Amino acid sequence: MEQLAIFINENVTLIYLLVFMVILGFQIISNVPTILHTPLMSGANAVSGIVIIGGILLLRKTNPEDTFTILVGVIAIILGMINVMGGFYVTNRMLSMFKKKK
Amino acid sequence: MYVEALFKILYLVGALGIVWGLKYLSSPDTARKGNIVASIGMGLAIITSIFDPIENAYPNYLWIFVGIVIGGVIGWYMAKKVQMTEMPQLVSLFNGFGGASAMILAIIELYGIKDGMMELGSGLILISTLIIGAVSFTGSVLAYLKLDGKVEDKNVTFRGHNTFNNIFFLIILAFSGYCLIAGQGNYEWLGWVIMILSMIYGFSFVAPIGGADMPVVISLLNSLTGVSAATAGILFGSQIMLIGGILVGAAGIILTVMMCNAMNRSLWNVLLGNFGGTAASNASGVTGVYKEISANELAIQLYYAQRVMIVPGYGLAVSQAQKTCQELDAMLSKNNVEVFYAIHPVAGRMPGHMNVLLAEANVSYDKLLDLDDSNDKLKGTNVAIVVGANDVVNPSAKTDSGSPIYGMPILEVLDADTVIVLKRSMKPGYAGIENPLFFESKTRMLFGDAKDSLNKLVQEIKTLG
Repeated sequence: MEQLAIFINENVTLIYLLVFMVILGFQIISNVPTILHTPLMSGANAVSGIVIIGGILLLRKTNPEDTFTILVGVIAIILGMINVMGGFYVTNRMLSMFKKKK
Repeated sequence: MYVEALFKILYLVGALGIVWGLKYLSSPDTARKGNIVASIGMGLAIITSIFDPIENAYPNYLWIFVGIVIGGVIGWYMAKKVQMTEMPQLVSLFNGFGGASAMILAIIELYGIKDGMMELGSGLILISTLIIGAVSFTGSVLAYLKLDGKVEDKNVTFRGHNTFNNIFFLIILAFSGYCLIAGQGNYEWLGWVIMILSMIYGFSFVAPIGGADMPVVISLLNSLTGVSAATAGILFGSQIMLIGGILVGAAGIILTVMMCNAMNRSLWNVLLGNFGGTAASNASGVTGVYKEISANELAIQLYYAQRVMIVPGYGLAVSQAQKTCQELDAMLSKNNVEVFYAIHPVAGRMPGHMNVLLAEANVSYDKLLDLDDSNDKLKGTNVAIVVGANDVVNPSAKTDSGSPIYGMPILEVLDADTVIVLKRSMKPGYAGIENPLFFESKTRMLFGDAKDSLNKLVQEIKTLG
């Protein structure tokens, strides 16, 4: 319990950020028309590729002699980047098809 | 000092781009701009994280660039090559990669602790990242395989599956608890055990969920990947990962709940996979006499109709009939027939799946009506054509309390003067539920592949015009 209290005390800003982002996320999505569900989901999916930054930070902290960690970190970056690049590109492809005709 | 501050500001701008982009993405007029804004924000965040001056950093830039270039090219290629009908699979697969990435980061961090002692707070975050990332990874991969038709629902489920899942999850929690409280010195093997168990759980968790529930699962898995990115963000002390991840997590949950509401079922009910389960016990089902119609006869009816409503479903995607559908629409519109599309919120295998397909075929989006508008317009519609949809027009959702889809709002096609069902055969739909609509006196069946049937209609109408 004591450790948990310490964790909360040390990370109070992160906890605030977390709570407000949840509210913001709820706000942004409510009232989205059905037509945008797929692009929104795929766009959000691309954003979850932000995990790539963890991979980058990991590599930057790793001694180059630690080949195992370096390789695994590169794999994490590759996977994250596929998620980012593919996600945004495919969303753009989808959205470019939506047009209103007169 | 100034440089550090500058990089902090750059992260902030990146985060703003992502938040703003998602906001724009949720409105039709700004959606495309939103995607671009979000991707710029993301790009900025990635570049910032590479050059941000952190203490004790090693210059592993080459490795970082190698990873980014390989991942970028693969992602770009996959996204470029994909057919619009295969979109749900692809999104699901991308999502799995994100989850896998989070999982890998967590296991490496756990390795790093080695002989040290894990603090309760950060340990909790680490193990959550590991479990959620792993579940999201294998769950998404199975969802991909199912949607791509490589795995069938019935081959991956067994009796007592849900009980098995629950017990399995408790075992994972037990290992995690042990690892947190008394795992010192054993983090390495405990990490691998928790990871492998979670990966198996991911498969097993998605296995019993099938059919029309697939969109809900994909949306949920999407949300999970977001959460794992966020917890990984706490692990690495990166605010932008937390922001992006939580935003996706929250948005994904809301989208999931919205879809469950559209089916009038609770999320819990979907997750237990009750859909397929009860359908099997209900197999005695409905029988009766159905009537067929020829393409020629139907063409005449359409030609002289005032309003035609097209009800698309997954069958439209399977037979790639969206362009032919648009041709038929154009031809009828030229003849002053009003043509609308009735889009049920859970038609297809992904939320808004039909909208994307029809947009690909250049159907103007003001012709696409949502559930309520469709039901208003169906009164006074002469011909409703059901193209490869089944459960979303099944009247037993209203009348038969024993039906697995009882209570789901449906498209009231029987309000139209005539209902035409384009179908390959009399087999029940993906969810395996019999549909009494086919035996109604107003209903006529036109058998065959949806695209072929629509093509025939187009040809017939040409001869009339």
